[in-house]
Amino acid sequence: MSKLPPQTITIDGQEIPFEDGQTIMDAALAADVYIPHLCHRPGLSPHGSCKLCTVEVNGRSASACTLPAASGQEISNNTPALKEERKTITQMLFVEGNHFCPACEKTGDCTLQAVAYHLDMLDGHFPQFYPRRELDASHESIVLDRDRCILCALCVRASQEVDGKNVFAISGRGIDAKLIVNSESGKLGDTDLSTEDLAAHICPVGAILIKEHGYEVPIGLRTFDLHSIAEPGLEPVILRKGKNRDE
Amino acid sequence: MSKKIRIATTSLAGCFGCHMSFLDIDERIVELLEHVEFDRSPITDIKHCTDCDIGLVEGGLCNAENVHVLKEFRENCKILIAVGACAINGGVPAMRNHFTLKECLEEAYIHGVGVENPMIPNDVELPLLLSKVHPIHEVVHVDYYLPGCPPPADAFMKVLTDLLEGKEPSLPKEILHYD
Repeated sequence: MSKLPPQTITIDGQEIPFEDGQTIMDAALAADVYIPHLCHRPGLSPHGSCKLCTVEVNGRSASACTLPAASGQEISNNTPALKEERKTITQMLFVEGNHFCPACEKTGDCTLQAVAYHLDMLDGHFPQFYPRRELDASHESIVLDRDRCILCALCVRASQEVDGKNVFAISGRGIDAKLIVNSESGKLGDTDLSTEDLAAHICPVGAILIKEHGYEVPIGLRTFDLHSIAEPGLEPVILRKGKNRDE
Repeated sequence: MSKKIRIATTSLAGCFGCHMSFLDIDERIVELLEHVEFDRSPITDIKHCTDCDIGLVEGGLCNAENVHVLKEFRENCKILIAVGACAINGGVPAMRNHFTLKECLEEAYIHGVGVENPMIPNDVELPLLLSKVHPIHEVVHVDYYLPGCPPPADAFMKVLTDLLEGKEPSLPKEILHYD
């Protein structure tokens, strides 16, 4: 079998190999190049909704998690302009929900917070929405706090694609969009969601939390107290954090 | 030696935790005081601002008095810094925004566990509560933000040292935290 020369894309001047079928994000992750993202997780179908992974591909903006890699792509990722745009997106995510880090059990393990640290976000910039959203504590082992939901749909996809269930969905559009639960009552307690499910652990923020495991790891010793989100290989640590402490 | 930099500080809808953390600079305050002097502040008990270089504002806005104090700070301070989670996004006090003011008052003073002589306080001396808690940048222009609950003492030192040296304040990632 003749070996073809590897196909490559260029991210910030660095040549990166890719295989057919890989997105820019897949290729970047495989090469340990960090492109900020919230709604993407390897192994789940890309969603392209958070827009944090916006990069410039041959001068045009595109989502790295959905655009297939193609030979000859010249990609800008770590530029001051993109950092500013990503920070603005992150600030909008913060003010749109109720993200009170000091009062959240997810603090230090929260990907939204870690991305904000990475982008040097110091404030929310925009007026706070302070939305009123429904809390669902009906499940005996899992709590759903919609105040912190950023509508990334990771739980929706994890439930459908990995757990073989269909517990979550996003309903409504724009500012009316919300995370809903697929049961007659609309309550989490009436679903077959279990603490073994990926959907129960994948939430990047503190919207879906396992009950009775709060503050097992003290603040100051949590994943992003010790690591930058940009460090390669953190994905498994972030997921495992729901079950064990790694430090 | 040029004139000392004048600093005012206040705690609005906060818990004074940021001030406590500021005082965690410990003996470094001695050196700091060679370069700065404190105007209005809980540290001096001076009640009103005069012309200042730097204003440190802890806490968000939960009542009319908070708004008056904040405006006094903005009018008198060349540089205004929002200190801590509450000043920046309302913080824990803003968690009451999930409820109406009436619900909050009734829970605290009428229906709450262990309440005796249930009555919502209405003394004229009490500042009127705002219907929602707000971060300070929604009312005045804020020059810099110092996040944290509280910001660590090192973060106070870093920002003040940068300003004293005439630089743009910047926080290294190790001391940038929202919790």
